[in-house]
Amino acid sequence: MTDLFLRAVFADNLILSFFLGVCTFLAVSKRVETALGLGAAIIVILTITVPVNQLILTWLLAPGAWGWIGAGEVDLTFLRLIAFIGVIAAMVQVLEMVLDRFAPALYAALGIYLPLITVNCAILGGSLFMAERSYGFGESIVFGFGSGLGWALAIVALAAIRERLAYADMPAGLRGLGMTFIVTGLMSMAFTAFATMAAP
Amino acid sequence: MRAALKPLFDPLLRDNPVTVQILGICSALAVTTSMTTALTMSLALTAVLVASSAVISLIRRHIPAQIRLILQITIIAAMVIVADLILQAYAYAISQRLSIFVSLIVTNCIVLGRAEAFAMSHPVGPSILDALGNGAGYSAILMVIAFLRELLGFGTLFGATIFPTVADGGWYQPFGFMLLAPSAFMLLGLLVWALRSWRSEQVEPASTRVDREEALS
Repeated sequence: MTDLFLRAVFADNLILSFFLGVCTFLAVSKRVETALGLGAAIIVILTITVPVNQLILTWLLAPGAWGWIGAGEVDLTFLRLIAFIGVIAAMVQVLEMVLDRFAPALYAALGIYLPLITVNCAILGGSLFMAERSYGFGESIVFGFGSGLGWALAIVALAAIRERLAYADMPAGLRGLGMTFIVTGLMSMAFTAFATMAAP
Repeated sequence: MRAALKPLFDPLLRDNPVTVQILGICSALAVTTSMTTALTMSLALTAVLVASSAVISLIRRHIPAQIRLILQITIIAAMVIVADLILQAYAYAISQRLSIFVSLIVTNCIVLGRAEAFAMSHPVGPSILDALGNGAGYSAILMVIAFLRELLGFGTLFGATIFPTVADGGWYQPFGFMLLAPSAFMLLGLLVWALRSWRSEQVEPASTRVDREEALS
């Protein structure tokens, strides 16, 4: 479990080694505070959706899941994409309402990015990886939390670097997007060094 | 004629979805270690984009504004499932290498972005052209990066040897770094730099963080 956790946070980091959620990663990493808020939202959503999707996959969609009503041959796995997206959209909606009620400041800071989490590749990617690697329920909680933490760590680190980059003098063509990609590349190199930590 | 074809050619360079609008990068990088996977991914994305834009544009007058996002996502997801099943049926080996990335076309911002920004408000013909153009713009970036990564990382293109490697008795020492994730970020960064040095109107304005945040909010 620790191994799985460390791998999800560092070596198999969703952004830095699978490029998941890069669009949001680039758009929301201009300030550390917003990045922290979004990172927290991603951790919560991933920790909830991956296990919930695991349950749905095992008890509703997997081949033989309907065996108890005598329809053992029904295999609904092809529906997993739509089911996952539905669960994610619903969870984001719930989180939005909870934040609006209990943390209005954070809700206002996240603004448009909260609903956009629904179409964040990292969230769907987490659930799809869970399905592909056939994690159990316990593992999927650890994996969801770990990969969310890794995502948050990466975006906060990038935001901190970009706050300083804003004052750097660099070639005009490299300003903004170009430099951000190269910095992300360097961070990604640093994270591959952590890969040895997870290796047994 | 030129004006009619504008939606087709604009996204190739002037308004490229990846390098200018920063959309759809998520999937664009993970599949670029070989040109075969990059080409398959490009074709799958373009097919999904054209099909979903056409369908959404066809029924745009019947979509209630409140539930349009859910409808769009459902249509796109259905198209992606079809594309995924076709790949699994006819190109099983490649579909295994693409792993979850074909399914992730659902959350590719280009597809939903074009549906929302163009197909919802234009007739079918221009919507298809716009989808083709954006698909081609995305594919162009993908192919350039895959070309560099496969050529430098393996010494091959589409699996055919271009530089004989040392391991096979040739002279080329493969540049293994090209096969790791960081190289994709860096190549894309350098590509953006090159494009913006050439077409300087795409350069981002120099400004401090503070006034840019204020301009945005």
